[in-house]
Amino acid sequence: MNPDEQQLVTQVRAGSRRALARLLTRVENESADAMLAALYPHTGQAWVIGVTGAPGTGKSTLVNALALYYRAQGKSVGIVAVDPTSPFSGGAILGDRVRMRDLAGDSGIFIRSMATRGSLGGLAPATRDAVRVLDAAGFDVVLVETVGAGQGEVEIARAAETVIVVEAPGLGDDVQAIKAGILEIADVLVVNKADRPGAESTARALKAMLELGHPAAREGFMAQRERLLPDDPPEEHAPLWVASVVQTVALEKQGIDALADAIAQHRLYLESSRLRERLARRQIEMELYQRLQSALMRRLREKISADEFALAVERVSAREWTPQQAIEWILELLVAKD
Amino acid sequence: MSTIRVLIAKPGLDGHDRGAKVIARALRDAGMEVIYTGLRQTPEMIVEAALQEDVDVVGLSILSGAHRTLVPLIRQLMDSQGLQDVPLLVGGIIPDADHEALQAAGVSAIFGPGTSTDDIVAYIRQVAARD
Repeated sequence: MNPDEQQLVTQVRAGSRRALARLLTRVENESADAMLAALYPHTGQAWVIGVTGAPGTGKSTLVNALALYYRAQGKSVGIVAVDPTSPFSGGAILGDRVRMRDLAGDSGIFIRSMATRGSLGGLAPATRDAVRVLDAAGFDVVLVETVGAGQGEVEIARAAETVIVVEAPGLGDDVQAIKAGILEIADVLVVNKADRPGAESTARALKAMLELGHPAAREGFMAQRERLLPDDPPEEHAPLWVASVVQTVALEKQGIDALADAIAQHRLYLESSRLRERLARRQIEMELYQRLQSALMRRLREKISADEFALAVERVSAREWTPQQAIEWILELLVAKD
Repeated sequence: MSTIRVLIAKPGLDGHDRGAKVIARALRDAGMEVIYTGLRQTPEMIVEAALQEDVDVVGLSILSGAHRTLVPLIRQLMDSQGLQDVPLLVGGIIPDADHEALQAAGVSAIFGPGTSTDDIVAYIRQVAARD
């Protein structure tokens, strides 16, 4: 760490918001490795809550209401609002702040908008690092809001301790959450815009899916979220968590206390059964795999020239090689070059 | 080069946001990240957002005529919060007679109706060069 970076870290720990903002920029630009290392030992205090769901379900409005609630309890709140980068232009419109005007002017709140920046499959490492920075900066709660669009919903489960999936009645397909993967990762299911027709039946449908689910299927949820590590005693069975279903009208701040209650219950559950550490370990495993993929690809690109790659493409196009044969050729070349 | 981040804000009671949204989309299409604040922002809210989002440039859209009051105030607030190096741009309805006063107050550029978005993109790319 150079003196500049050291100062930034010190200022962030001391509560400087300008320093925090600048550090987050370096994190996004992947030029903060040394500073992240300095801050990492200070992470692990904040409760990280992921909020995901289809566009139009009211996630930002819900985050706004939930943050207000936590503020009233005297908790400080950091918010990371993630929006997709356009695959065509590389730019993005980050508009989640529009829904959070209630939070303006409060020094106990920090909102940062981030674009996905085309991360290779799922949540960008930068987003996870941003959460860590807010954690180390001393926020009690960190809310991460992402747009669920298939992959995105499942990805947030890898970075958050409590995952909230937001539904809204009347969006077309009856219950979006029934899509594979979403029920599995949700710790709390919220039916927002519950003043609209269909809210009650949406909530009932979700509860039915959860309650009537086969116990073995529920075991599947838990296994996916915190797989027992080889050295865990097999007899140790934690009681299962069944997702709560909460109805809210975020715009009117209704149902927020029930939501906060469900989150608190989940936190208690994770902490009392020591699942919090196991969940964290599983998440780190997955993060390391994800980062390794990027790092290895980068290394491969450094070692294999454009011409060599083009040759492989040519051979496959000419049907001399199968794609798999091309891969094997590239890998052999890689080994030969080392 | 790292991605340019721009704040587009609508200060005061001005409810006309079509222009701001057109600019926001143009900047996005030029590969920039645009934090759009929405309507009815106070100067304090705008500067708070600029600080938290660590933007390279702040753009204000004002069609209400309140620019002589709002713009210098926002520039001052930015300076007092450590954002003195962040250029402030203004678009909307700004009479020619007011340009000098705004420039004296610290505005980097004024883009009136009919300005091409290409010009705005080029300008921002130029002034956003950072450390």
